[in-house]
Amino acid sequence: MRLAEYRYRTITSIGGPLVFLERVQSVRIGEMVKLITPDDKEMDAQVIEIKGETVLLEVFGSTQGLDLEKTEVIFTDSAKKAPLSEAVIGRVFNGSFKPIDGLPMFLPEKWVPITGRPINPVARERPSEFIETGFSVIDGLNTLVKGQKLPIFSCSGLPSKEVVAGILKNARLPGGAGRFVVVFSAVGLTFYEYAFYMELFNEMMTSFTAFVNMADEPTMERLLTPRFAITVAEYLAFEKGMDVLVIITDMTNYCDALREVSTAREELPGRRGYPAYMYSDLASLYERAGRIKGVEGSITMLPVVTMPEDDITHPVPDLTGYITEGQIVLSRELHQKGIFPPVDVLPSLSRLMQRGIGEGLTREDHRRVSNLLYSNYAKGRDLRRLEAIVGSEGLSEQDRKILAFTDTFEKEFVNQGIQRRGVIETLELGWDILRRVSLV
Amino acid sequence: MTGCIRGISGSTVWVEGLKGLRLFERVRVGNAELTGEVVRLEGERAVVQVYEETTGLGINEPVKGTGSPLTVMLGPGILGAVFDGLQRPLEQLRAEMGPFISGTKEVSALDYKRSWEFHPLKSEGDELREGDAIGYVEEGAFRHLILAGASGIISWIREGSFSLGEPLARLGSGEDVYGLQEWPVRSPRPYRRKLSPSVPMITGQRVIDFFFPIPRGGTAVIPGGFGTGKTILEQTIAKFADVDIVVYVGCGERGNEMAELLEEFQTIKDPWRERRLIDRTVLVVNTSNMPVSAREASIYTAVTIGEYYRDMGYNVLLLADSVSRWAEALREISSSMEEMPGEEGYPTYLASRIFGFYERAGIVETLNGDVGSLTMILSVSPPGGDFTEPVTQASLRTAGVFLMLDTSLAHRRHFPAINWSQSYSLYQKELKKNFSEKVSSEWEDLHDRCRGLLQSEEELREIAEIVGKEGLRDEDRLLMEAVERIRTEFLCQNAYTEDAFSSPEKTLKIIKEIIRFFDDASEQIRKGILYEDILKA
Repeated sequence: MRLAEYRYRTITSIGGPLVFLERVQSVRIGEMVKLITPDDKEMDAQVIEIKGETVLLEVFGSTQGLDLEKTEVIFTDSAKKAPLSEAVIGRVFNGSFKPIDGLPMFLPEKWVPITGRPINPVARERPSEFIETGFSVIDGLNTLVKGQKLPIFSCSGLPSKEVVAGILKNARLPGGAGRFVVVFSAVGLTFYEYAFYMELFNEMMTSFTAFVNMADEPTMERLLTPRFAITVAEYLAFEKGMDVLVIITDMTNYCDALREVSTAREELPGRRGYPAYMYSDLASLYERAGRIKGVEGSITMLPVVTMPEDDITHPVPDLTGYITEGQIVLSRELHQKGIFPPVDVLPSLSRLMQRGIGEGLTREDHRRVSNLLYSNYAKGRDLRRLEAIVGSEGLSEQDRKILAFTDTFEKEFVNQGIQRRGVIETLELGWDILRRVSLV
Repeated sequence: MTGCIRGISGSTVWVEGLKGLRLFERVRVGNAELTGEVVRLEGERAVVQVYEETTGLGINEPVKGTGSPLTVMLGPGILGAVFDGLQRPLEQLRAEMGPFISGTKEVSALDYKRSWEFHPLKSEGDELREGDAIGYVEEGAFRHLILAGASGIISWIREGSFSLGEPLARLGSGEDVYGLQEWPVRSPRPYRRKLSPSVPMITGQRVIDFFFPIPRGGTAVIPGGFGTGKTILEQTIAKFADVDIVVYVGCGERGNEMAELLEEFQTIKDPWRERRLIDRTVLVVNTSNMPVSAREASIYTAVTIGEYYRDMGYNVLLLADSVSRWAEALREISSSMEEMPGEEGYPTYLASRIFGFYERAGIVETLNGDVGSLTMILSVSPPGGDFTEPVTQASLRTAGVFLMLDTSLAHRRHFPAINWSQSYSLYQKELKKNFSEKVSSEWEDLHDRCRGLLQSEEELREIAEIVGKEGLRDEDRLLMEAVERIRTEFLCQNAYTEDAFSSPEKTLKIIKEIIRFFDDASEQIRKGILYEDILKA
């Protein structure tokens, strides 16, 4: 602890979100500082580099109005912290944790640094409890389990928010929802989407907390928003024993903010200009999902990633896929066919599915039916290409069956609209379709 | 001697006023005494890489040298343990600070309180040379040899129980020999000479053992985009490989996967011994959200442990998942030191570091004349699945076996998704001969025929895409059917069933049956029997 409060008026340069400050006596890396502009506007910033007496600050929020002579910098001697209390439930905050629902700020029980600490790998409980999302294509073929991080890879123009909404409305936890809460983190959201989600939350009975950074709000705040959300999620899950579903939309906006800071710092750009440390940075968010041995709660994460140019090898989906336990990939082709949810089964994957299904969890034939559906659909997709060249006369009887299956599977199994389906119903439907085209 | 912090950026710290530092010396940084390593010296300034989270570290805080480099503790008690990249025992950390890792608690890698039974192999008056075994300790199913770090005449030797802090023998020079030694992680452990790898290491994966065999002491790389099953393949090999000791490094990967691995290894039986799998395994875990610079150190910690058991004459397998995360850590460190970047931002010494690491594998004659091996199977995660990137390319230049994971196979749920036309094993010739001698003389012949069929099918498939399968001749349709069986019954292996491990005998049996089916059916077609009728039969 420092005894005195340090104030400086020694800013030497300002560029983008970055501020250089000189002749600083005592400072820590990661320390929060306050900037006070000549017209008494306050903004938060963080120390990101120290070189001798020169300090580099990253400002969260707009740097408009800062000047070199009069702006005052106050060092707080502490890292960025989040105020925590169960009173966050039912509230809506902006990206800097200020209430925007018209109610006053709550009284925090405690303050915790938002960077979090890594879960000791040996303290992790292996996720194995099935979460029923109500969508056949997820429950049947890419099952979600408690403590998993499963992103939704979308493309611009695809109904990712409707898919998220469907999951939010229909998700059921095993053995009924004990204390289920949704923590929603909007990163660079348009007003249209914001209104959609707010309406949804009001409609839903589930308790929720929202952190909202709108598209026209400061870019730098986007680096904080998900961290506030996850810090709150950790508190509710691991201290209050709740099952928390964290939804972050859209991670591509988060990564773009990261790139902006990196460029301003004149760091060496990696692929497509994103910084080389983006993998570690994303991991510091995603890896906070999970379960802990001997603790009741859980954090399940559903981040939404919009793939620029529908490209799954773009750094944002690519690095995300390397960290998360699978992905749900939406397809433009299926969407154009009017199929909802437009989930493309082939590139989608749930790595933790094997532990979450089977006897006692869903049903003992789950693995079999899902393998049959998958392999026939994969074959069918190959055959479609072949059929386009040689025509259906050139195909064998078996191949024609598989093609018939592929169409029915898309039209009836994947396509379900907003109607909820239980997992048993899903498995039955799977068998039914296989039987109808006499593949079993 | 104390210096002070003059600058901080990420995990890199600039230190001033600390004289007499040596390159790669371990230092204690700041009031919190974080562990760091000196990576550059410039006059009285030193650049230090800190292995822990630096948030909260302040300017002008003290930095102290320790006089020794970053080391690993080697001794009984390593097997079955789970360490982080700096060899801190994770179970211990959990017991002391709960489920989250924080701060910098100094925890000894090995338990000094535990008592071990020492069985001497030498007696007083014997001459001891460096690397000789003075005795052993029973560590689970293994004889953990205590190897002397110095030469001399033994003037006293212990028998019976001891703990790691106590000496086991004294030399004439007055020097004590302990059951525990510290070894700098970046220096390979010495051996007499390297031998040429010629004995296969059975992985139990048919496509590897049959097509792309890995020898004891060899290196294999498994590059693949996400979702191609790198981790599952590595874990399956870790479970079944025909070796004594397995060192598994989770380098910058997922925490939940490590939890899964740990739980499985604690319950599954070692297929080669009457023990649990974990009793032959050492896990080094630095998940993606743990400090980046410790990730860089983790593979060195692991390989040093591997070499230590190799020196006792064991066959050791090191699995690292994934080398790319290690290389990225190297890149992060390099860029925070403001070094000139090479290709894709990686430092220009990336390739030489990769070579230096891969070359620590090998089958060797140890200092005491025994033979031990260290085999490496390393996964690579190329961004965007693009194999032209520097880490994959540098790996290909040194590794003897290339197992290319194919996204399109993975999308068809063909696992292990090893592409059989692009992958290779440089050791194939020698090992094929070995299999022929050890398993069956048919091995080589079946191997060549199987390859031939796969190749012909690829050409046929192109034709089938134009004329349709129905338009093919019966012989060709039969060939496609046979290859389909090779793919689904032979090359595919489900890691979640009994079939996860296939012995060389079983491997041979399956392929023999398929080839026989093909031969018989070909014969029938030649006699004029229709393809449809053969299939019905």
